[in-house]
Amino acid sequence: MALIDLGRKEIHCKIVYYGAGRCGKTTNLLYIYNAMSDNDRGKMLTIDTKGDRTLFFDLLPLNLGKISGFDIRIQLYTVPGQVMYEATRKLVLKGVDGLVFVADPLKVRQERNIESLDDLRRNIADHGLDLKEMPLVLQYNKRDLCDTPVPTLSVEELEQDLNQVYQVPGFEAIATKGPGVFETLKEISKRTVNYVANKHLFNK
Amino acid sequence: MADMILTADAVGGVKSIINDKLISENVQTVLVIDGAGNILAHCGQDTDGVDALSLAALTAANFGATSQIAKLIGENDFSLLYHKGEKANIHFARLGGEMILVSIFGDDVSLGLVRVRVDELAADINRIFEG
Ligand SMILES: Nc1nc2c(ncn2[C@@H]2O[C@H](COP(=O)(O)OP(=O)(O)O)[C@@H](O)[C@H]2O)c(=O)[nH]1
Ligand SMILES: [Mg+2]
Repeated sequence: MALIDLGRKEIHCKIVYYGAGRCGKTTNLLYIYNAMSDNDRGKMLTIDTKGDRTLFFDLLPLNLGKISGFDIRIQLYTVPGQVMYEATRKLVLKGVDGLVFVADPLKVRQERNIESLDDLRRNIADHGLDLKEMPLVLQYNKRDLCDTPVPTLSVEELEQDLNQVYQVPGFEAIATKGPGVFETLKEISKRTVNYVANKHLFNK
Repeated sequence: MADMILTADAVGGVKSIINDKLISENVQTVLVIDGAGNILAHCGQDTDGVDALSLAALTAANFGATSQIAKLIGENDFSLLYHKGEKANIHFARLGGEMILVSIFGDDVSLGLVRVRVDELAADINRIFEG
């Protein structure tokens, strides 16, 4: 849920990066963290990782400038993707305002992507929301793997699997190196802030 | 969960009663947070050494997890949590709705006092923020 602080003129929104385990959610946040200046980013919190797996969530607070005189404060969260952390994913989605669904291009992960998006839709519904109505963008990550011999899915195939219902913008990305990371962040931030601001500030 | 809109008056009102009941008794830091991990009000010592945003996010998630634990053993919810450290202690209380009050205090403050004062505050904070 967004928080609008009229006294301090701040809008706080929560954006969650969702997707199957190992698709690159934490890598997106790390790239953003390393690329932003100290003034625009808070501390990155990573809750305990066993090996390199997110067990609870990651959190990265950002300042993204102003809209209509309000400072925009965004909190980026990731969820643990592994199937067994269902309960944790639901907790992290509490009060979410915008979503990035990160897809893995490996052919062997095709089913996992589809299941994870379905899991997202259900968990959002359990919070009384409809994914179709929410700010959402897709990210087709790890595009660098498509130039290697490993079998991967084309963007068309991923669109077919994941974006038929939602018809939202999709961004190709290589989260380890940066391409697509800020394009994804910019689009979801814009959509989320507009969504919140339209609800409360302009439509009165 | 509905979006929350805070006015300067509401925040000022909540801070003033928290200052009155807790900060004046030497409680170091008090935060009011919502279920999504947003900080609604922040009183007392500034967050030197305490990262308030991380604390709020973890508290919200921890309370969510604890609610699930409560349900597993047939309780509706645990309304408060307390952790005792060597120098600092932390007390979390649900304020009705989705809000949580976090108090951080040293050994010079008694847990009993914090409990009583938090109880006294809960209804007022609820009324001011949820109106
Ligand atoms: N080749 C390649 N590897 C990536 C990319 N993004 C993430 N990875 C790797 O994928 C693994 C899992 O990433 P991580 O961010 O931990 O996944 P998460 O489970 O979604 O948080 C790590 O070894 C990353 O380095 C990418 O764009 N290309
Ligand atoms: Mg991760």
